[in-house]
Amino acid sequence: MGLETENKDIETNLREVAKGLLKDKKVDVIIGYMEGTLPMLSQPIIIDSEEDVDKLIWNNLCYVNLAKYLVPRVPKFVDSEKGNLKVGVVSKGCVGRALIHLASENKIKLDEIKIIGIPCNGVVNRQRIEMEIGEKEILEVSVSGNNVIVKGKDFEKEFPFDEYMNDLCKTCKIRKPPLVSKSPDLCVGECEEYSNIVDDFSDIAEFEALTPEEKWNQITEELSVCTRCYACREACPMCYCNLCFVDQNKPVWFGKTTDLPDVFVYHLIRAMHMAGRCVACGACSLVCPMGIDLNKINRKLEKIVKERFDFTSGLDPDVLPPMVDFKMEDAQEFMLEED
Amino acid sequence: MTEEVVESKQDGSKKWEPKIIAFLCNWCSYAGADLAGVSRIQYPPNIRIVRVPCSGRINAYFIIKSLTDGWDGVLISGCHPGDCHYISGNLVARRRFAILKELLEFFGIEPGRVNFMWASAAEGERFAVLVRKATEIVKKLGPNTKFEKKW
Repeated sequence: MGLETENKDIETNLREVAKGLLKDKKVDVIIGYMEGTLPMLSQPIIIDSEEDVDKLIWNNLCYVNLAKYLVPRVPKFVDSEKGNLKVGVVSKGCVGRALIHLASENKIKLDEIKIIGIPCNGVVNRQRIEMEIGEKEILEVSVSGNNVIVKGKDFEKEFPFDEYMNDLCKTCKIRKPPLVSKSPDLCVGECEEYSNIVDDFSDIAEFEALTPEEKWNQITEELSVCTRCYACREACPMCYCNLCFVDQNKPVWFGKTTDLPDVFVYHLIRAMHMAGRCVACGACSLVCPMGIDLNKINRKLEKIVKERFDFTSGLDPDVLPPMVDFKMEDAQEFMLEED
Repeated sequence: MTEEVVESKQDGSKKWEPKIIAFLCNWCSYAGADLAGVSRIQYPPNIRIVRVPCSGRINAYFIIKSLTDGWDGVLISGCHPGDCHYISGNLVARRRFAILKELLEFFGIEPGRVNFMWASAAEGERFAVLVRKATEIVKKLGPNTKFEKKW
């Protein structure tokens, strides 16, 4: 089955479910994806009536993590009389995970949302394609068979989807939103129950085997182009602090320049704050205007948390995230000991 | 921070000595360091101590800020698991340290720069031994120059 028929199927199902939900007044508003104003882009849309259902789309460019719009709630999700509205969220696997993880951090209440599950088939790595096209303007993007076709004024290029998929999508094991056993009517559409996710993290094994010097050189080379626009932070559904540590000026923890040490520290601490919370949606890398690949770091975090605490984020709202929890028998092989 | 070059008292030769910032928890390790002092146990003078209320108080910022400010090494010491004055501060901290240590390694900072240890108030000897060990590790790594700003 080609990609476009797959996408079409997902889209029709999605519209049907959304229509039903709005008709039966099960939700007040639905947030989903709509066609972007530029090729290669999609944008979020909030609908509250049945007529608008056809504006909802699904294609392989829907990379935004919609959970971002619930923490904090955008004004359209709050009614001056009724208070918090019931929101239906069009969810691929990672959006569902983000919602459930945010619920475990008490940032959203699960009975105030509905997860409209869709079986995600991966997101295109926009940056990589744009990088290869270069300076030329992209006018049209379409999907045919298993290729992404990019058209411009005097060029047309095909990119095999499997290769140009976002790196995190390549290793994704949770394509449909997870089912929460305690609240079975949370999820409508396609959801799946996950238990014991097996992942060998072979994609970062090569990098991990390098010496510290080589790692440093590679990472700093990647990060040296960072302009600290904080797009990664703004796109991340988990970055909801009122005052981010880089914006703090009492005390000034870290410099605000784009010198390498400061950039490095920003990314290091950002990673630290994502430990056990990253839901592997890849939104941070896909919005980066400089094309920095943060996926490797996110994968490493996933690996640490999986191996040390046997935790996968966003599966169960009742399990405490690992960084706010502890066990007496946690591994401590890294501590200094007497010989 | 400028590199510290210390003149040896014995033969007058000059060699580099690391500067290590040590965050010690008030209830165990700080008292342990005190005990090492009053027991006249020798340990390297390379560490500069910062007293914190609990190892759980130690934010990753402290450690990374120390490295960016040019300290050659960071040593963190708290109560043994189960002995925390605040019941579970060091257990929460341990998870944080585990992640930070692995992340630093992944980012290409030598893992030996940041060392963690437990030492109780009664373990002056252990404190001295571990400080010696940490100093040795950092000495082998050499000065911390990765975070030097160009100008």
